[in-house]
Amino acid sequence: MSSIPGIVAINTFREAVRDRVLYNLIFFALLMIAAAVLVGGISIGIERDVIVNLGLTAISLFGIIMAIFIGVGLVYKEIEKRTLYSLLAKPVRRWQFLVGKFGGLLLTLMVNTALMTLGVAAALLYVAHKFESSDLTILIAIYFVLLELALITALALFFSCFTSPMLATLYTLGIYVAGVFAPDIRDIGLITTNPAIKTVAQCIYYVLPNFHNFNIIAAAAHKVVVPHALIWQNTLYAVLYSALLLLAASTVFSGRDLK
Amino acid sequence: MSTPAIEIEGLTKDYAVGFWRKKMRRSLDHLTLQVNQGEAFGFLGPNGAGKTTTLKLLMGLIFPTSGEARIQGRSIADIGMHRQIGYMPEQPYFYDYLTARELLDYFARVFGFNRAEREVRIKKFLDRVGLSASSDVQLRKFSKGMLQRVGIAQAILHDPQVVFLDEPMSGLDPIGRREVRDIILELKNQGKTIFFSTHILSDAEMLCDRVSVLVGGKLQGVGAPRDIVSLDVQGMEILFEAHSGVPLPPEFSTKATHTGDRYRIEVPEADLYSALEKLKSSQARILSVAPLRPSLEDYFMKMVARQKSSAPAPEPIATGVAS
Repeated sequence: MSSIPGIVAINTFREAVRDRVLYNLIFFALLMIAAAVLVGGISIGIERDVIVNLGLTAISLFGIIMAIFIGVGLVYKEIEKRTLYSLLAKPVRRWQFLVGKFGGLLLTLMVNTALMTLGVAAALLYVAHKFESSDLTILIAIYFVLLELALITALALFFSCFTSPMLATLYTLGIYVAGVFAPDIRDIGLITTNPAIKTVAQCIYYVLPNFHNFNIIAAAAHKVVVPHALIWQNTLYAVLYSALLLLAASTVFSGRDLK
Repeated sequence: MSTPAIEIEGLTKDYAVGFWRKKMRRSLDHLTLQVNQGEAFGFLGPNGAGKTTTLKLLMGLIFPTSGEARIQGRSIADIGMHRQIGYMPEQPYFYDYLTARELLDYFARVFGFNRAEREVRIKKFLDRVGLSASSDVQLRKFSKGMLQRVGIAQAILHDPQVVFLDEPMSGLDPIGRREVRDIILELKNQGKTIFFSTHILSDAEMLCDRVSVLVGGKLQGVGAPRDIVSLDVQGMEILFEAHSGVPLPPEFSTKATHTGDRYRIEVPEADLYSALEKLKSSQARILSVAPLRPSLEDYFMKMVARQKSSAPAPEPIATGVAS
């Protein structure tokens, strides 16, 4: 990683680690241990389902919290503390800095998710005593969580380029929640007879990032096979949407005065 | 004739202010300036004069409303130009989770130095700014003065041709100031161009080939400190000791200030000899006679006062373009 975005990414990752961001893993580990012990005692026949549901939901929730709360401060903090001044006076383009910050947080989230995945696997082994081939769906679900986190990070970074962390948190969280309910917004457009509402609902549906498709936790818990097309679609969607957000962020940030 | 190290032409910066951001406040007003290769150039001005704005414009951290600037003949919008410059921001603050060594390594990587080169440079510049003993301490534990030194180290790490320092002496104790002065002189001896803003006029007087004074976003004057301070003799200062039992002439006893037996008086240059005669006749012991010249501080204060009163008359030294 000798490119400038790579150098910035590694530094961002180091910052997260030294800021004890990965301490959330302790809570996650405690949650998994408690779940494994309790589920074994009270859930007969559905131990695996409960562990997968709980584990994946926790992975997703912990990741979303990290992506939003760290993401919104990625650029803002560097401007406020003026740490960015020395860097941008060097041969570093602003988009390289942004891509590096994005990559660094994504790397942090990937490491965090990978470690939490090990925790889920251990809890699963404790209650089910073995792995099955259908458990592969769990890994696909985790991959989708990572795609979702990439999109949320790009959103948070975009807002971080021009507004305060508090507002950026509100915007990112608001768009995330709306994006989770994207199909419902589309349905409003389908059932309404008002052409104005129909148009608005359709516009919102197509413009908002659709987070609904990334959630296959229930399918993973019930060993439902995930179609390959969905994997490609979600990958392409997350990559393109994140790239667009980064492009927009770069455009906004490249013309911004750093006061 | 070599390309000037820094060329600034009509650089202007307006900021939108107010709730609706419709009002504009001018922070820098048509600054035109040239700095020659190898010069140590002091950029003086009171708080809010536009010094930091100028430096930020040159670094590409903010964008000009109008005007342009070139460094080493290349536009400030040219990212490649940044390889040839070093910059220390005012009151530098760095990633506090990094050690000084890690921070310099981070910046050295940006310039593409390999591991061996990085190690050599980091050691050399940590030694140079006197931070070798603290190289593995996290920056969060550094004092303001130590951060200032790290700031200088990261600005010169890649051996730039032009070095910009924003208030490099602020926050430093006398030893730190002396060390920074030595670094600036060393850079100057290496043929680097140094452009630094400062409030500390004695440092500017000591270090700079030329200085400029900026007040209210407008350039008030540019010139060599010696030109500014030796424009004319404003009078003569006589230090003397009175003889016990012999009274001083009346004009001396009223005009002179004294500490113990020692007196100090300022007289017009034309009256010097008659004043000395009178002192001789009253058996006073002359300790010293020195011409009174305006200091850089006097010049600076005069410029600030003139700008405040909006008097348009230019100062007799070169104003505006200077090379």
